[in-house]
Amino acid sequence: MQKLISSMLQTTLLRNAGRRRVLQKFAIAAVAPILLAVPMQQVQAATPKDMLVIASRIDDITTFDPAQSFEFSGSDVIRNVYGRLVNFNPADLDAGYEPELADSWTVSEDGKTITFTISEGKKFHSGNPVTAEDVEFSLRRAVLLEKTPSFILTQFGFNKDNVEQTIKADGNTVSIVTDKKYATSFVLNCLTATIGAIVDKKTVMANEVDGDMGNEWLRTNSAGSGAYKVVSWKANESVTLQANEDFHLGAPAMKRVIVRHIQESATQRLLLTKGDIDIARNLNPEDIAGISDNGDLKIHDELRGRLMYLSFNQKHPILSKPKVVEAMKYLIDYQGMQDSFLKGQYTIHQNFLPATYLGAIDDKPYSLNIAKAKELLAEAGVGEFEIEAGVREAQERIEIAQTMQNNLAQVGITLKITVGTAKQILTRYRARELDMYVGAWGPDYPDPQTNAGTFAFNPDNSDEAKATGLLAYRNAWSPGALGEKTSLAVTEGDVDKRRQMYEEIQREFLQVAPFAIMFQKIEQAGMAKSVSNLVLGGAITAASYWPVTK
Amino acid sequence: MVNSADAVVSNTSMSGTSSLLFRVLKTIGSIAITMLGLLLVTFIIGRVMPIDPVISIVGERATKEVYDAAYLEMGLDKPVLVQFLYYLSDVLRGDFGISYLNGAPVAEDIRRVFPATLELATIGTLIGVIVGVPLGIVAAVKRDTWIDQVARVVALVGYSMPIFWLGLIGLLVFYGILGWVGGPGRVGIFYVDVVPSVTGMILIDSALDGQWDIFRDAISHIILPASILGYYSLAYISRMTRSFMLEQLNAEYITTARVKGLSEWAVVWRHAFGNIKVQLITVIALSYAGLLEGSVLTEIIFSWPGIGSYITTALLSADMNAVLGGTVVVGLVFVCLNVLSDLLYSFYDPRAK
Repeated sequence: MQKLISSMLQTTLLRNAGRRRVLQKFAIAAVAPILLAVPMQQVQAATPKDMLVIASRIDDITTFDPAQSFEFSGSDVIRNVYGRLVNFNPADLDAGYEPELADSWTVSEDGKTITFTISEGKKFHSGNPVTAEDVEFSLRRAVLLEKTPSFILTQFGFNKDNVEQTIKADGNTVSIVTDKKYATSFVLNCLTATIGAIVDKKTVMANEVDGDMGNEWLRTNSAGSGAYKVVSWKANESVTLQANEDFHLGAPAMKRVIVRHIQESATQRLLLTKGDIDIARNLNPEDIAGISDNGDLKIHDELRGRLMYLSFNQKHPILSKPKVVEAMKYLIDYQGMQDSFLKGQYTIHQNFLPATYLGAIDDKPYSLNIAKAKELLAEAGVGEFEIEAGVREAQERIEIAQTMQNNLAQVGITLKITVGTAKQILTRYRARELDMYVGAWGPDYPDPQTNAGTFAFNPDNSDEAKATGLLAYRNAWSPGALGEKTSLAVTEGDVDKRRQMYEEIQREFLQVAPFAIMFQKIEQAGMAKSVSNLVLGGAITAASYWPVTK
Repeated sequence: MVNSADAVVSNTSMSGTSSLLFRVLKTIGSIAITMLGLLLVTFIIGRVMPIDPVISIVGERATKEVYDAAYLEMGLDKPVLVQFLYYLSDVLRGDFGISYLNGAPVAEDIRRVFPATLELATIGTLIGVIVGVPLGIVAAVKRDTWIDQVARVVALVGYSMPIFWLGLIGLLVFYGILGWVGGPGRVGIFYVDVVPSVTGMILIDSALDGQWDIFRDAISHIILPASILGYYSLAYISRMTRSFMLEQLNAEYITTARVKGLSEWAVVWRHAFGNIKVQLITVIALSYAGLLEGSVLTEIIFSWPGIGSYITTALLSADMNAVLGGTVVVGLVFVCLNVLSDLLYSFYDPRAK
């Protein structure tokens, strides 16, 4: 019975989602020619000079509590509201972390203790000074609340029972003691993540209910020291931020930032063309093309952290042959896909660290080469065979699978494509049941370990290990020595050496891993010509509104 | 649905206040049973869904400890019947639980999204009735003339045109090109959060507050989506009105009335129209209820934060508390409209008195 209902429900969900997509496509096809044919009215300067209005899909926001938030739209807000010990400068994201609420830090000889000196004179929105006590409170709180992103801190050995000893304020310094020696850059990169945000202890604790350390209050309110404070949030409707005139980098030019939830790309485009919004963040390729020759607007491209990859299950008797895996990497039409249905949205990238990450490399040895693939398959002694690909119900992934299907057919491999909802396909992927998976992966925090630790690390490949969080495990791949190198890279104190280690790991990964990383995401935002200095956060962080002028 | 025939029976067997009391109790009883059934069915569907509600909350990368804590917190370790009783007592206190999707109490969300839909659906239905009923009557009276043909085409187009297409074209023409109406959303960006929320319906709240510029702005925003929904319901209402009227106009008593020398006005309005009122009420109530469920596509295109897109988003993200809460509210709307149309029946139909 349960099975029946489940399959009915899944079919209905699928059908509805599918129908909606078809309907949307139809609507766009029907409207697009008219949009192109009809000359639009001139853009009216409808939004005031000191107000930034952004259209985006913000239905993923669940909370503004930095100890809990783990969604893209939430990170955008929190980045602008809270300061961190160390942070990225939007004008130079490639430079890596820089001091923010901490002036400086020292590392003990055994490499396990990092002591931060808190900078003087910085204030929270409430007017309270930012102190070492607030830092201690914020980091302990993130560990104690045990919310989803807490693993970013607890991977250093902090837990409920030891935070009193491991995270400690003393005068204007705070020391954190990790369970073993880690690369300082690893720890500091993690502290730039959303969970490293420093909250105003006095304000938060004044709003504590039933020992929740202000979790419920911070869901909709803010107590930070950043450029903006939260004025209001209406789920699926809007977020309003107001400038902090005492911001330590100077009062932001945009006194108010309003993010409106606008689901449809066509609607965002209409609002942008009318001048009712300054920035549209979810324009599809058709709408981007549609505004490209509008003299009042411009298109902003930024490389983000999301990767698209194919993976091949090493439990499969044929796919586990190294030559077959290599052949697969030559059967992907990287260029063709980038230039057609992924145009403007993704760029070719074949390594697991997104460009701009520490240690990222730009090697692209693979391209579509059917003859070479045939040769490799022959060397492996493989004839015709059939494999199954699991694909989540998302347009671009289905198109990638179909492109693959065509190419594989040319070498006698039949690809059976199974499309399902996210939950359906993920469940089978985690259970290592899929021969091939068309995947997307976004980094969790701005350190190379976030991807290295999942693509190239899998210490126990047995079914019993159930390390379903690791991508290598999901594909039943044991990286062997590569996994050990990954563990070592986490502890390397010298940043340059660490960078080199990741470069080496990736070059080897590129040859041997049953993963074919294909693309890195480009975010395209349409905006009024007058808007300058917007940074969406690149691959490593979220959007910064404070430098924006118009 | 309360059967009006039962009301007739009760009327003959009892008299005066006791009869009224009986009818009130009967109505309340039937609402309670319907709602209990609805709650049970939605709850069971929610529980047998093959989606792990804990993962929806904690995310797929949560540790086992985090997962277990959430599992216990949600009471999922208890037997299903106990869970249902807990759920029932929560719902009775107006607590639909927390939305996994945005962390807010579902009841609070519904208080925010339902008035938006109510406002839109009410104006849409008003347009549908004010235009649709006369159109249907004229079409029936002037049957097979050009007026009838026009009315039929209007209805057919309204019925068969995809609503999102009309919505997008409407936005493009009236907002994008002509600039006659406001864009997507309930009010312009400057008016967001200005009016204190009393009813949640911006038109009423701004009028109560005496903020007439906001009232005008809200009108300019609601008029297009409401007209599109109104057109859709107009198409249905006018078609039904026309066919009800034709049925009456072909009846013998109409011929008799005409033979008696009554004016055409009296024949059409007093006799024929008088007799279709009860049927029309059913049609209008159904159409209104349909719009109150929330027109998902219209809401999405116009960025209208109503209950339709709320439930859809919740469903696609497996946010079961929100889905159950939304379903219960929509069910309640249907039940209330049924009761209301029953009351209207007994007002218009002498046999139901």
